[in-house]
Amino acid sequence: MIDPVIASRLQFAVTTIVHIIFPVMSMGLAPFLIYFTWKDIRTDEPIYEQLRRFWTKIFAISFVVGTVTGIVLEFEFGTNFAAFSTAAGELFGGPLAVEGMMAFMLEATFLGVFVFGRDRVGDKLYFVSSIAVGLGTWLSAVWILIANSWMQTPRGYELVTENGQTIVHLTDPIAAYLNPRFGYMYVHMQNAAVESVALFMAGVGAYYVFRHHVWGYPVENVNFWEATLKIGLVALLITAPLQVLHGDMYGRHVAETQPQKFAAMEAVWETESYVPEYIVAVPTSVDGFTDPRAKELFGIGIPGGASWLASGGDPTAEIRGLNDFETEAPPVAIVFWAFRAMVGLGFWFILLALWGGYRWYKGQLLEDGLLHKALMGSSLLGIVAVELGWIVTEVGRQPWVIQDVMRTSAGVSPGLTGTEATITLVGFVGVYTTLLGLYSYVVWRIIRNGPPGGDQLRVNREESPTTGPETPAPGVADDD
Amino acid sequence: MTSVESLAAGPLFGLPLPELWFVLVFTMLATFLFLDGFDFGAGAIFALLETDDERETVLAAIGPFWDGNEVWLVVFGGALFAAFPPAYAGLFSRHYLLMFGILGTLILRGLAPEMYEQRHDSQWQRWWGRAFVTGSVLAPFLLGAFAGNWLVGSGRSLTLVGLVVGVTVTLLTVVSGAAFLQLKGRERLPEAVTTYGTAATVGYLLAVVVTLGVLAVRLPGGLEALLDPAIVALVVASIGLAAGYVVALGREQSLLALGAAAVLTYGLVAVVAILMYPAIDPATGATVRGTIVSTLPLNLMTIGASLLLPLVAIYFVVLYSAFSGPITPEEAY
Repeated sequence: MIDPVIASRLQFAVTTIVHIIFPVMSMGLAPFLIYFTWKDIRTDEPIYEQLRRFWTKIFAISFVVGTVTGIVLEFEFGTNFAAFSTAAGELFGGPLAVEGMMAFMLEATFLGVFVFGRDRVGDKLYFVSSIAVGLGTWLSAVWILIANSWMQTPRGYELVTENGQTIVHLTDPIAAYLNPRFGYMYVHMQNAAVESVALFMAGVGAYYVFRHHVWGYPVENVNFWEATLKIGLVALLITAPLQVLHGDMYGRHVAETQPQKFAAMEAVWETESYVPEYIVAVPTSVDGFTDPRAKELFGIGIPGGASWLASGGDPTAEIRGLNDFETEAPPVAIVFWAFRAMVGLGFWFILLALWGGYRWYKGQLLEDGLLHKALMGSSLLGIVAVELGWIVTEVGRQPWVIQDVMRTSAGVSPGLTGTEATITLVGFVGVYTTLLGLYSYVVWRIIRNGPPGGDQLRVNREESPTTGPETPAPGVADDD
Repeated sequence: MTSVESLAAGPLFGLPLPELWFVLVFTMLATFLFLDGFDFGAGAIFALLETDDERETVLAAIGPFWDGNEVWLVVFGGALFAAFPPAYAGLFSRHYLLMFGILGTLILRGLAPEMYEQRHDSQWQRWWGRAFVTGSVLAPFLLGAFAGNWLVGSGRSLTLVGLVVGVTVTLLTVVSGAAFLQLKGRERLPEAVTTYGTAATVGYLLAVVVTLGVLAVRLPGGLEALLDPAIVALVVASIGLAAGYVVALGREQSLLALGAAAVLTYGLVAVVAILMYPAIDPATGATVRGTIVSTLPLNLMTIGASLLLPLVAIYFVVLYSAFSGPITPEEAY
């Protein structure tokens, strides 16, 4: 049986890694859906109704799977990390409770109106419900990230010993909830969500545009896919450069507040100055993969780059090495490679955006097969980058569950047995793999079935005024 | 504007906040058990329906609501965590496997209707229909088992009290579900729904009697605790309500029947809360006043909840009024 501490950590990792996909999809889709709904109501162009209905289907399934996987996370604090929950509940439980009441309620109730109510409620309430759903998803992230960022840069508390137990008491709610990390985390996460969806849209649009314009296959509703590609590309042009800009500020902030995490991100073991930043790093031996040490890597490094990043402009600044911390280092290989892959993807997305933007400007967006292939291949990479970012954040802060306050190993439920923890870990790997498979299958079917047909849609709506978006699209033959 | 310092000093407006939050936490649990309860009950009745048309009506009836209903579980968990962290941590970690059983059945129940509607071949729908029924029946059963264990302070996964409370809660969800389906599905659901509702009510009353009997033996101070005037009044009122429900359902006064089912649910949860107080986790003897968070966060939460819960009530009014009345034939999911 696996040790309960290891099993609990693995289980939390598995459940969060799978769960995060669905909030990313819903947070990222939210602004697009508000825009489509507004245009659908204000203009007579059927394309906006198609866009709204098509992307609402994907939003709805993402939200449902996000709900069921998210409840698990809230309960896991109690089941697996009871010692942490007891000690820090006063600070940590509040944001979760408020998230439920303020954000999740708003999302979940108005989602009912938004998904099922187009013909039941008036235009105004319908538009309001699209905003309410979007606002709910974005507010959810506010409270979840308040809780998470507090664990990274804890403020506004004092430690009190009660009955032999050390308890975190809230003393300054503003300092605690608007802790230094929160802003960086929120902006980086929210932009990442929109960027991920932009990449997804561009990739899906590119697939049909490629089939039609490059291969010459007849594609129904090709203008719908062209619009999807363009909207995705516009959003990518805005979000991709921003992501790298505030990512850089975020990195510097990590160096200041979590130097051990920063040292792991750069695989710096010995304290030194003038540390280079390896843009491309290749290990010279197999050990270099599992135990990367910046000094021993063969790479193209910018001299003093890491020092420059950490200090905000001084290439000779000293970086404290992992050996000089009292606590053991986090798993360096995971943090180091995940960070490099995330940053690499971030730059690739900028390149992709500029490439697409340039071809569009030249009037060749619909004909450039290589660009289409690149967009298709990158359609899921935004989500991959989000996962990598979270891995850097969460693995990098180990061994701390609350930075410098409580070790992860001290936060695990005291009575938890290895057998129990192993059973649920295995169960979750199975269940979440299945969930992910089913979700992918459903999304793939939605994409393959395409949008509801243009004029035919209008006729059908008059005949049956209460058709919900879940109904198979009129005019699209069901292949089963 | 109240300053943060004055919030830390003492209870807000002299209110007994620990007790207020004890009541609030159980009210949230009861709200979840009623609202998601009629979804669960509809899921159980789904198993007994014969035509595709009837089954589609059930799915269309709960479609717009279930997500919002289920959030009450999240709100309950969050409130328990925020107000009584040691009780939240103790309860959930002690019932480790049971909690994951509940989560697993909720996943199944939430996912199944979505998947059911994705494809229209009979084998696919048969399997997802079964998954939907399994989740709908097992989720309230395991939640009831959790509540029963909580009350008698047992840490084991399944106890006799847990078993009988589980059956009681499951039957109660069928009572609510029948009233809800009669309300939403008039003309499109058979008379049988009325029969199922009536049978479930009789079953529920029997289960309550058995549960009280088991509690009299298993609960510390058993019979005496049960003879508390408030408990006796609640039990008597429940019998009256159950009779009223059966009459209302028979006359197709669905809304009235649903209201009676709601009061029955709140009554059942109230019995549990009254029996438990002043403890909040009888297994460890942790009391409401002993586990409550300190004054500052408690006051902040109280202000937050008093602003947010009325808003939540408005959301639900908007949702339920947008989808009021029976399902129309075009609305099949």
